[in-house]
Order: sequence, then structure tokens, then C-alpha cells
Amino acid sequence: MNARQKNTTEYNFAYLDEDTKRMIRRALLKAVAIPGYQVPFASREMPMPYGWGTGGVQVTAACLTPDDVLKVIDQGADDTTNAVSIRKFFQRTADVAVTEATQDATIIQTRHRIPEAALTEGQILVFQVPIPEPLRFLEPRETETRKMHELEEYGLMHVKLYEDIAKHGQIATAYAYPVKVEGRYVMDPSPIPKFDNPKLSGNPALMLFGAGREQRIYALPPHTNVVSLDFEDHPFEASKANHNCDICGAGDTYLDEVITDDQGSRMFVCSDTDHCRIRQEA
Amino acid sequence: MYVAVKGGERAIENAHAYLGEQRRGDPGVAELGTDQIEQQLSLAVNRVMAEGSLYDPALAALAIKQSRGDLIEAIFLIRAYRTTLPRLGASIPVDTARMECIRRVSATFKDVPGGQILGPTFDYTHRLLDFALMAEGEAPVAPRKPAEPAHVPHVTGFLGDLIQPEDSSDTEPRDLTREPLELPADRALRLQSLTRGDEGFILGLAYSTQRGYARNHAFVGELRIGTVAVEMDIPELGFSVEIGEVELTECETVNQFKGSKTEPPQFTRGYGLTFGQTERKAISMALVDRALRWRELGEDYVGAPAQDEEFVLSHADNIQATGFLEHIKLPHYVDFQSELELVRRMREAAE
Amino acid sequence: MLEGGFQDQPRQSATAFRAALDAMARPGTIHTVAGAQPPALSIAAGVLLLTLADRTTGLWLAPSLSAARDWITFHTGATFTAPEDAQIAIGAWPDLPLARFPIGRPDYPDRSATLIVEMPALTATGPRLSGPGIKTHANLSLPETEAFRINAAAFPLGLDFFFTAGDRLAALPRTTKVEAA
Repeated sequence: MNARQKNTTEYNFAYLDEDTKRMIRRALLKAVAIPGYQVPFASREMPMPYGWGTGGVQVTAACLTPDDVLKVIDQGADDTTNAVSIRKFFQRTADVAVTEATQDATIIQTRHRIPEAALTEGQILVFQVPIPEPLRFLEPRETETRKMHELEEYGLMHVKLYEDIAKHGQIATAYAYPVKVEGRYVMDPSPIPKFDNPKLSGNPALMLFGAGREQRIYALPPHTNVVSLDFEDHPFEASKANHNCDICGAGDTYLDEVITDDQGSRMFVCSDTDHCRIRQEA
Repeated sequence: MYVAVKGGERAIENAHAYLGEQRRGDPGVAELGTDQIEQQLSLAVNRVMAEGSLYDPALAALAIKQSRGDLIEAIFLIRAYRTTLPRLGASIPVDTARMECIRRVSATFKDVPGGQILGPTFDYTHRLLDFALMAEGEAPVAPRKPAEPAHVPHVTGFLGDLIQPEDSSDTEPRDLTREPLELPADRALRLQSLTRGDEGFILGLAYSTQRGYARNHAFVGELRIGTVAVEMDIPELGFSVEIGEVELTECETVNQFKGSKTEPPQFTRGYGLTFGQTERKAISMALVDRALRWRELGEDYVGAPAQDEEFVLSHADNIQATGFLEHIKLPHYVDFQSELELVRRMREAAE
Repeated sequence: MLEGGFQDQPRQSATAFRAALDAMARPGTIHTVAGAQPPALSIAAGVLLLTLADRTTGLWLAPSLSAARDWITFHTGATFTAPEDAQIAIGAWPDLPLARFPIGRPDYPDRSATLIVEMPALTATGPRLSGPGIKTHANLSLPETEAFRINAAAFPLGLDFFFTAGDRLAALPRTTKVEAA
């Protein structure tokens, strides 16, 4: 068969070739061994754009087995277009079983949320990461931030957070809120709302982070100690909208704000659509 | 009662169908063949090959057709295809001194062995729309003289020790597409990045050096376009065989250099090499290459963008850039909501 | 020599990697793997090599395991190197020159060797493990404790270990605190 007639059915299991998967797998093992440290990897050009989850897709592809049950969410929802697109990609290239139920999934690829339901031992949560470097917006140069991590020189981050307090009376970071892992590396938890930060620590699931364009992989093994950066007089607070879900009534979930008419009326609904559905059915 | 938006999958399918229809345009107009694109939009094909890092005119033409002429989208298609191809081996370095040139100009010498060859250039066309092209059926013929295998030596070779010699090495260069970028990069890696970098970005950087942001006084020592043989060592045979030929554009600039305590005054060079007939890109590449060599040549870092290796290499790739730029149109409800709440809370606190 | 590799590489290596990943993410847990039949090596060590080693990885093989050399070359293409250049090393515990393997650089702590330690047996008894990946504590029949204490003290630098016996494997990353039971 002519290579030019290649169609999707002829791609390898989970799309990536075996050399690439081995390279990613080696990086993943090092990432797990050095929690919170960003391992460089030779990210490949994927058949979807950078910024659309190419890092997460490569990590998922390297981890996926034929026995897995995959869930893909974006903004907490299974039916957002990019989640649909990524789920379909793995159905096509790996013939993998998919689910919307958090507790049935063995691998969950996510963008911007950690599911509301408690994750369990054996589950893997794969985060799509746009900018893996927590210090990037304080220092744009990779050569500099690498040195700062090496020397554990995180003063700049504390200064930034403290300036927030001086200016706004509180820390003005609402998502991608930086954390410190096992007392060593400062890590970007990806743009999850800080409401989700407490779920990073001591979680029984394995959390893997993939940044395709920036060519970095990092990880939080299960039961890893993760602390959101704060100050004694301004302790970290996992905040959310001061409402209950207008559909299921939950008062402890992260909410989307939906504008419902031209008068600007609004309602609040769970961002985790599977969690909301289960509560409605209960 | 509010129902959450569903139907993402159907929406995507419909969008793709609509896209297909738009791509085809009015079915009353003859469909464009990829052979027509390959033959008649060859400079677009060349750009797609150069920035897609894959020498395959037919596939580049297909990518242009599929992308409705959006060249960055076409480059993306080629890159995504390229990355799935097995690596069967590496060619031996091409010898551009043996290029069969269709164009070859030097700005530094009035005449040189091998001659000045204008070739198929826009340079001296008057940019007047040629309305005759709106009619069909014309196949212009250019006069030609009988081919004689001309020896076309590199112009910079005539400068002898007045131009700084380059290090030659047979060590295998690192491969930008197989290893994560590590900084500082060596020149081989920088050149790899520049040759596949976005033409507009490299052009803009090169232009900035001409306007004084790390000016490096470049003359086009030589610009040549033509075909070179690609050869591969076949271990089983014990010798190399020609596996095909590629069209390349090569630019060597001759740049001023004052000399130092240890070195006599001599010229230096910048280098550009690109797939196909892509001379704007090759010249730009040579200027940016030269600007990035400030450290090695003992020049001052004046803070110019074109001197900043990390800045240039991190932002030259249009597939990375367009992906990340355009991703901000994806849903960000969650992050936006968290900021909305924060702003509300800060206002409450202030009141 | 041509025998003993994966029959269905994409799927078998995927399953094997998940076992390896799970082992590294949950130090002390023991996993069963299948699919390799290498000479002179355990099934588990063979599976790890098929899953992780290729032409781009430098491999150090203990001299006592040299009967596996051709099998490794045929199935992985890995190049054999000195301990100082190894990304992967394989041998019985007494045969591993621990001090010579790369432990990473302060700016790139990931550039360290992963050691595959061939063991006579692997059980959830012996030294007490705690740290990331472990809820309270775990036990694993490690060959000693002192070497792992020294390794962990170098964090974020350090070696990472797989232990293999028959078709079973376990792992110990540099983050794990190892104490006598």
C-alpha cells in the first residue's frame, strides 16, 4: 500500500508510533520520581493544534491500554466540543471504551477542572497544560526559571503574591494557583480554579500533566503532599461562587454562571456535568 | 427549565460538512486539481514544504487545496503527516556547490565564475496587474540556450582568508523534531529552527536588524536557487547512491567584522538554506543567523530581538504560535468564572 | 535469539508500561507482567527493556548477564555503555556499581539512570517505605536500606529503581524514605 493512502485505521494503536511512546513513557517515569519537576520531552506534532491539549493527548496516548475506560472533560463537562473531539480521537485510534461517569473511568483527561467526585486508587487524571512554568509570567526566560527551580529560589513568587495583597487586600490569583510539592518544587497545577487546589494533595489517583507546545511533562504521584502558596496572615482559601447549583442544589461544587435572558438574568449550575447528573438522578 | 448545552458531536460534524462545502466553492466552477496547484502555485507549495519540513510538492499541493489556501494551515497538515513517517535513514550532506542553478546572483562582485543568472525572478517585473492572466489558454515560452553543465563555485570562496572560515564537523547535529529544545542552542539547531520558522516572523526580525536593531551590515554574497542531488550511504553496498533531488535556495551573506586582538580584520557570514524557491526566507534566515552569532563573534549584546536566541527560537514556529494564539477561543468558562468571583469579592471588600 | 519479544508490541508494551508506571507511582506495590522470554533475565526485566529501551537509550548490562546481550540488541537496539552514560542499567544488586551511574544534574535532575535490579524473589515484607505514592507505609523485600537512604538524601537528584523477580516487578523512586522494618 502506498504511504500516501494512509488513513486513520492504519495509524498505530493510540496514534503515536512506538518510539515516541517509549520516549514519553521514560519521561513519565522520571516525572513520577521527581514530583512537581517539569521533565522536558520531545513533544510531537499532533493532528490537532497546539493549545488544544496536545500535551494531554500525548500523555494519554502513552498511558492508554486496550482495557482502559476513558473519560474526557473540558471545563468539567463531557460534551464541550474539544472534549468530544479528543474522546473521538481515542475511540478512533485506540478503539478504547469511553464513559462520562467519573467512577467508571480508569483514565480521565481534563482541561481546567478536577472532577467533583472523589477519585480512587488506580485512576489516572491527565491534565492539559498551556504554560507549565509557574514562574513564567514573572520571568519569561526558560534559562532563568530553570536556574530558579534548581536553586529553590521562589522569592519572586512570594513577592508577587504579596504585592497582590498590598494592592487588592487579597491574593489576586483565581486559577492556575501555584503550589509547592513535597516541600520542594513550585508547580503550576494547570488553569484549574483554585477551588480545585485542595484535591491535588493526598489524592489517591495519579495525576499527570502534559504541556505539548512547551515540551514538558510533570506529575503528582498518589498521596503526595501539595500546598497552595500562601501567607500566615492571608491563608489560602478555595473559593467559589456563593450560590447553590440551580439544577441539583449542590452547595459544595464549582459553578458555571449562565446568562439566561436579554435582561441579564443568570443562574448557577455545576461545571461538572456528570456529578450534576448523578445528583439529579438520585 | 434550563438545559445544559448538548450536541457537541453533532455540531462538530455539521461544521466539518460546512467547511467541505465552502472549500469546494461554487460547484459550477471547475474544481482545482492538486497538479494545478503544484504547477501554477509553486511558490506557495515551496513555502509549505520549507516550513512543513517535508520535501514533497504533491503533498504540499494537497495540503494547500485542503486548507483552502491558508498556508499556515497547510504547513500544519504537512507537519502532522511528517511526524508519523518512519525514519529510514539520514542522507549525506547535500553539496550546494554542485547545485544546478536556475538563479544565482551576487551583490558583492560584478561578475563571478559561473555568471550572474537572473532566473525566474519577480525582481524587475513592474508590479502591474496582468489582466491577460484572467483569460485562459496562454502558455508562455521563455527563450533558452542549450544547457551546458556550468561549474558554479560559491562566491564566498573567492574571499579566501578575508572571510572567517566556518568550523566543519561531521558530528551528527541534534534534531529539533526529535529532542526537546534546550538552551543555549548551537548554530546547527538555530539554523534548523530558522529554516522551518515562519517566513513573516523571520522576515520581520531580519528587517529589524537592517533598521539598526543589531545591525550587521549584510551584503548578499550569493543567492542561488537550483536542484541538488540527495545521496544516501547504503551500508550493504558500501557506497552512496542518489535517491533523488531537491530544489533549494541558499543565501550566504557577507558581513562586516572589525577584527580583534587575536584575529585580523575579516568578513563574517550569515547563512540561509531553505526548501524550494523561497528566497525571501533564505535571505531573512541568513540575516537572523548572523545576528544570533553575536556571542561567538565577540560582539555586544544590544538587547535587540534578533540577537535573543531564546526569544527567536521560542517564537519562530508558526504552528506552535497559531495553535496557542487560537486556543484562547476555546471555552475558558471556569477560569473566567473564578476571576469574576474574585473581582466581585474584591469590590465587596472595597465597599 | 529472535524469539521472546512482544507479539503485539503496541498493546503489550502499553499494558507493561501501565504496570511500570503504577509501580513507580505506588512504591512497594508488586505487579505481574508478561510477554518477554529473554535469556539470562527475568521475564519482568525483559518486559521493562522491551517497554523502555530503544536505539536512543544507553544501557549498562552487568557482566554476569552478558548472555542477554544479543537478545537486547535484537529486540531494542539499545547501545551498551559505561555506567556513567547509562540511562538504564540492569544487574543483580551486588553487581551494580551504584556510585558510577548518573544521578542527574541540579538543573536537569531527570537525567539520571533507572536501575533494573534482578532479585531472587520479591515480597511485600522487609524495609518500611514511606513518601509520595504511599498512603501510610509499605514494605518491600529490598536488598538493603543504607544505599536507598543515601540515594533519597540527594533529592532532587538520585537514581530510580525497578526490582524484578520472575514475572513480578516493583519500583522505588528517589523520593521514597526507606527504613529498617
